[in-house]
Amino acid sequence: MDGVVLKAGGWLGLALLALVMAALAVDAPFAVHMGIVAVACLAVLWATVSRADFDGIARGILKMPADEGVYDDDPIRWGVIATIFWGAAGLIAGLYIALQLAYPALNLGFEYTTFGRLRPLHTSGVVFAFGGNALIATSFYVVQRTCRARLAFPGAARFVFWGYQLFLVLAATGYLMGVTEAREYAEPEWYVDLWLTIVWVVYFVVFVGTIVKRREPHIYVANWFYLSFIITIAMLHIVNNLSVPATIFGSKSYSAFAGVQDALTQWWYGHNAVAFFLTVPFLAMMYYFVPKQAERPIYSYRLSIIHFWSLIFLYIWAGPHHLHYTALPDWAQTLGMVFSVVLWMPSWGGMINGLMTLNGAWDKIRTDPIIRMMVIALAFYGMATFEGPMLSIKAVNSLSHYTEWTIAHVHAGALGWNGMITFAAVYYLVPRLWGRPRLYSLRMVNWHFWLATLGIVFYAASMWVAGIMQGLMWREYGADGYLVYSFAETVAAMHPMYLIRAAGGAMYLAGFVLLIVNVWATIAGKVREEKPMTETPYNAAADRPLAPVPAE
Amino acid sequence: MTYDEIRHFADSWGLIVMVAMFLLFIAWPFRKGAARHHDEAANMIFKEDDNGRR
Amino acid sequence: MATQSTEKRFSHKKLERNITLLGFFSLVAVAIGGIVEIAPLFWIDNTVEKVDGMRPYTPLELAGRNIYIREGCYLCHSQMIRPFRDEVERYGHYSLAAESMYDHPFQWGSKRTGPDLARVGGRYSDEWHRAHLIDPRSVVPESIMPPYAFLAENDLRTDDLRNDLTALYRVGVPYTKEDIAKANEDLKAQVDPASAADLQKRYPKAQVRDFDGDPARLTEMDALIAYLQMLGTLVDVDKAAPQEQAHAADIAQEKAR
Repeated sequence: MDGVVLKAGGWLGLALLALVMAALAVDAPFAVHMGIVAVACLAVLWATVSRADFDGIARGILKMPADEGVYDDDPIRWGVIATIFWGAAGLIAGLYIALQLAYPALNLGFEYTTFGRLRPLHTSGVVFAFGGNALIATSFYVVQRTCRARLAFPGAARFVFWGYQLFLVLAATGYLMGVTEAREYAEPEWYVDLWLTIVWVVYFVVFVGTIVKRREPHIYVANWFYLSFIITIAMLHIVNNLSVPATIFGSKSYSAFAGVQDALTQWWYGHNAVAFFLTVPFLAMMYYFVPKQAERPIYSYRLSIIHFWSLIFLYIWAGPHHLHYTALPDWAQTLGMVFSVVLWMPSWGGMINGLMTLNGAWDKIRTDPIIRMMVIALAFYGMATFEGPMLSIKAVNSLSHYTEWTIAHVHAGALGWNGMITFAAVYYLVPRLWGRPRLYSLRMVNWHFWLATLGIVFYAASMWVAGIMQGLMWREYGADGYLVYSFAETVAAMHPMYLIRAAGGAMYLAGFVLLIVNVWATIAGKVREEKPMTETPYNAAADRPLAPVPAE
Repeated sequence: MTYDEIRHFADSWGLIVMVAMFLLFIAWPFRKGAARHHDEAANMIFKEDDNGRR
Repeated sequence: MATQSTEKRFSHKKLERNITLLGFFSLVAVAIGGIVEIAPLFWIDNTVEKVDGMRPYTPLELAGRNIYIREGCYLCHSQMIRPFRDEVERYGHYSLAAESMYDHPFQWGSKRTGPDLARVGGRYSDEWHRAHLIDPRSVVPESIMPPYAFLAENDLRTDDLRNDLTALYRVGVPYTKEDIAKANEDLKAQVDPASAADLQKRYPKAQVRDFDGDPARLTEMDALIAYLQMLGTLVDVDKAAPQEQAHAADIAQEKAR
């Protein structure tokens, strides 16, 4: 009882503190954010004192099975649903800003709906909200299975889930109100960063705690990837977000570094957000879900060890390739380029390890649409990790930098690799987490696969063309020795490419809608009557012994 | 320490040390007796696949 | 025998089973790259060549810069001209490291959906900027930039800018005590030629006038245009160039030695 009073008092205190901060706020967005924090504290307070069985209620609404004595899967189920929710939000925002570039009237004239404010909503929405939730959920799933132990601190695990959602809500609402540090993929302001740091430390504790209490002697390789993701993201997040707020009652802060140093710190972070958020932990997903779905062990465990150490060691150096030919010292640019090119090898080592896991079971690509998604994800991973080193070569970069080619590269990786491997993991997880015999429909997975793949092809191809065209037009000289195109003409030339890109994005989103329907129906317990994906050919007429033929 | 000194160190001793470390890391998984251990580790995820239910 | 005992003391097998070691070595592996690349930038003295003319932003320019950041302009506009013939002809002299030495945060950008802005100052009139920001397609029909008409309607937030200058001072921008104390007066003085003498003394090359065509009010439009009009105007790049050559000669000499 005392415990409850203490806890309730603590949450009430925090809520009041947030309200005081809101009252003293020097700018409106900060007041709104403190209001959101106060509401969140009051919600926890209410949940604490009412002592209703919220887990039970949630289970009822989400039709989740109770799990006595088995793995602690509630936060994972919430995580899967959050992944899908934020994925839809991030993809819709992406399609909308793609259309804004084709039709600027869609900026609507409101300050909250301009491209500049919606674009961080899209990038953070897909990277940190969709990807982040998928990573937290799958890491909790994988670490329990591979350690054969329940989550170490169940309360802390729930705090991680809800704390992360609060971070996402504060970040997203902040972008709309113009609260930003103006560092790509690290836009949230100082107080949101502090909150994420707390959540992240708790995440680390839960993850490591679970590994510590494991019943298996060996730490499976997927957990190495997850662990280095958690540690490195903490390091990157803290260093890159060092800043001094103008006042603690306002949202504005000023970066601790300036100019060149700030640029390199940011791209050291920025590139490693790609490395340690979008690559390393997604490889962890690959190292668990691909062998499980294919029902055969990873092709080479030895290769996975080499893959791990060389990847994490090399990736961290690659950041300066974002700053080729800028005012960054030349040696840093060259170092970044060399390591980026070398990085090609471990990247392909990992891809080969994943693909060759299917050795001897290649027919599954035909019969199992989930395996097919994993294979296309690895194929796009291989493509993006070839394109990346190529773009980091200074001569290529002089053409590609600042153009849509970068956008093509990012989306081949994000839509193809991160998206597809996450969809595959969701399709793998949902029937298991909700205790269903199988997915509602495998044929819908097949449709999702084709819509998404075609969508990426349209997207990437149009942006490749756009980027190279842009780069060439900018540097085109006429016979008279003058630049041929004004900047405005190069903008106008992009219009058809922007339309094709938006069409590709729409197809990708349509595939995602199929995922939502499929997951929804699976959770509801429905199973679609459908023709199986393959049938062993059977010819009843031929299925009989040969009749003896009388001799003539 | 000047920029030039660091530069010279990086492209001589620094380079040698890093290459040596890299080769060591590559060689390590190929040491004798590692294969069985790796086999076990790779197959570990398929043991008692009952989702923790008893 | 010897190898066996070392293997007992340390082996990858141990690493694979020990979460602390695994975590520690992962951290070491990922820390090396960052330290080697970033740390030298802070103490190698030729990272940022000194050039004449750089000064901290005036309060009005800073307020404008904060609006530039708030609206996410950096997502489509770079402020970093690379040393290529076409870029130099299109945008002006290539960017020097020193030109962003007081930029917390930097605004080099990564994408040119719109043109580079590093030297946009003085290229267009205030009226052009105002018309362009209110409705970009009224002056550039091909433009796909969002309209920012609301900037002309919003009064500029004039709460305590001394806090902002203090914060910047703490991260290394050389504002004087006087600059900080007079921040709020300076903000208003820059749109009022009658009272700007003191401001111009402390901030050389500060442009003083009403920027948004509405002298009665101090709007966000005033601040943003003030910022855009000063971009790239502080350093006399033609004067900076001989300095670079002198330095190049220094390096050549050092190499010869």
